[in-house]
This record gives sequence, structure tokens and C-alpha cells, in this order.
Amino acid sequence: MMKIADVLEAFKPLREEAIVVPGRGGRHWVPISDNEMLDAPMGDPAMGGHAGFAFGLALAQPNKKVVLFDSEGDILMSLGMLVTIAEQKPANFYHFLLDNECYATTGGQPVPNAKNVAYDAIALGCGYPRAAAYTELDELTRDLPGILAEPGPVFTAIKVFPEVQNEPIGNRRPWQTRNRTEVMEDLRRELGPTA
Amino acid sequence: MSDTPNVLSPETVLKEMKQNGVTDVVWLPDSETNWLFLLMESEPSLRLVGVSREGHACSIAAGLSAGGRTPVILIQNTGMMESGDSIRGWLLSLEVPVVLMVGYRGYTRHGVNKDTAADYTERFLYAFGLNYYLVENDGDAERISIAFEEAQRTKRPVVVLIADEYHGFNR
Repeated sequence: MMKIADVLEAFKPLREEAIVVPGRGGRHWVPISDNEMLDAPMGDPAMGGHAGFAFGLALAQPNKKVVLFDSEGDILMSLGMLVTIAEQKPANFYHFLLDNECYATTGGQPVPNAKNVAYDAIALGCGYPRAAAYTELDELTRDLPGILAEPGPVFTAIKVFPEVQNEPIGNRRPWQTRNRTEVMEDLRRELGPTA
Repeated sequence: MSDTPNVLSPETVLKEMKQNGVTDVVWLPDSETNWLFLLMESEPSLRLVGVSREGHACSIAAGLSAGGRTPVILIQNTGMMESGDSIRGWLLSLEVPVVLMVGYRGYTRHGVNKDTAADYTERFLYAFGLNYYLVENDGDAERISIAFEEAQRTKRPVVVLIADEYHGFNR
């Protein structure tokens, strides 16, 4: 098991000019990132959609890597998305899963069959050409450069500690520095139109 | 354009897409769209992104739009209703200027519906505050361009209801 912030810190020096969609890891990624204009911390527009959003960015910007930190709750809600991604085969798409085995933002209730799901196997079964699973930070840190050096789409499942939030959503301290429409506008300005 | 004025031809829909700069069609087929699919597939300026559940189309379209592309979403009314929270979260809250072309399954023009999909379609659109244009035949085609213009101007999703169940698409 790893801490989400440690995973993101391990990724940070390898980022280069990648677009980062931090998913539910946004509250950890925002203070770590040093290239805010290429970050897409969307918060939680609607559960299950982070993969689609990052995938759409990857299709639109084939010359930039797009790195997604997804969650297992989101993936389970949109398993069919993996099939669509695998069919389009975006070579610039790097799909990381932060699997904490629970719904951390609603109090830590377990996701269905939390301890017995092989998400890397699901990704391979959906047609991703490469997938792997990690439980230890040193092994992930060792392999990250190779994961990011090879063409995507690639799926990397990572077991992380649950960092459970129990406060009512309305009482939580906001971690965002920009609202969603500002993030969208910044991305469009930074990336420009593509043919 | 079709020689038959009372149908909406797939060529007309494709022409409207190209005229409005569509780059990507994010879609889930229904039984009436195969001829349109064949036309879109042979159109080099379009990328087809097939989804397995209509709600997926919303976040994909949002990402495409953020990345500078011009997507259109092509689904059926049943799938649109299933996609409610994705429309709310990934299209409305992100102010994505996208057109959803929605097959109006069950539409009879006279309101004597035998399909509950038709019963709830416009009520759903009202509930979500989505503006929409009804397109029944080639003569209505300019409403598709109006929808694209409105989506860009208002930074909102706009719906085109294909209200003849694509009769012209079955050949």
C-alpha cells in the first residue's frame, strides 16, 4: 500500500510536458504540481467520467502525453470506457488507478468486492496492450520511467491507503485554486485548437 | 440533399456536421443509424468514437472540447435520459459547447405515443434546462446549424431531436 501523495511525488519528476488529470487525487496533486496550466483538476463533475475526460484530451492532443490518476470507484461506474479507450489506442494515454478499496469521499465504505478485483487484468481483457499492478512504492518508483517511456495506452493499478473524508461535502475545505470552467478555459488557451 | 422532402437524409446530417466543423462523432448506434454510420465512416475528416453507454460520451466530449476539437454527440433519447448526471456534471457544469443529436424514439408528431421513451424526452430536456430543436426532414436541416451556433455562443450543450426516427437512414 502507498500514500497517494507519495505516488504523485514519484511521478512529478517524470512529468515533462504531460497534461495531468488527477481525478480524485486532485487535492494531493494541486500543491505538488509545478505546471498548473497543464493540470486538469476537475474535482468530481460526475462520478465515472475522469477516464473519458482524459481520454478525450488524449485524442485531441496526440502530441502531448495525458496522464490520468483514476479511482476504482470511478472505473467500476464506467467499465465500458476501458473498451472505448482500448479501441482507439491513444499512444499518448497513461492510465493510472489509485485503488484504495473504498469510497473515501463518502466515509470509507467498501467498493463492491474491493479486495478481489484485478483491475490490471480487466484492462488487459478490455484490450489495453499493457497493464500492471503495484502494491509497493519502491517497485512502482523503479518502473515508472519505463511505464511512461513506452507508448500507451497503458494501465497501471496502484494500491493506496484510504484517506477517508467524513465531513459533509459542504463543510470541507476547498483545495481547488481554480473552478472547473477556469480549468477548461486555461486548457483551451494553453493547448489551442487542433485540426 | 434527398429528393424526398419528408425524410431526413443521412447525407444532410453529414453535410451539417462538416459545415459546422465537427471533428469527432462520439456515439452509440441505434437501429436506425446504420446508413449514417457508413457515410461517417467513409468521411476522412471525422473520427468516430464509439461508446458502450451514452453517459460516457459526455466526459469524452468535454475532454475533446478542452483539447481544441469540435465533437458532436450522437445518441438516442433513451440513452440521453440514462446520461442525466453526466450531462449535468461533464457538459453543463463545464460549459461545454456541444451539440447532442438525439434520436427521438417513439415520436409520432401527434402526441399519441406508444413508447414511453417519447413521453419523457422533452420533459427531460425541460428539467435539465437544455434548449432543443426538432428536425423532422431535410427542410429542417438549418436548425442543426442553429444549434451549433447557439452552443458556441452560449457555451452550453444544445440538443437536436431527430424526430423522424431516421426513416431516411434505413435503406
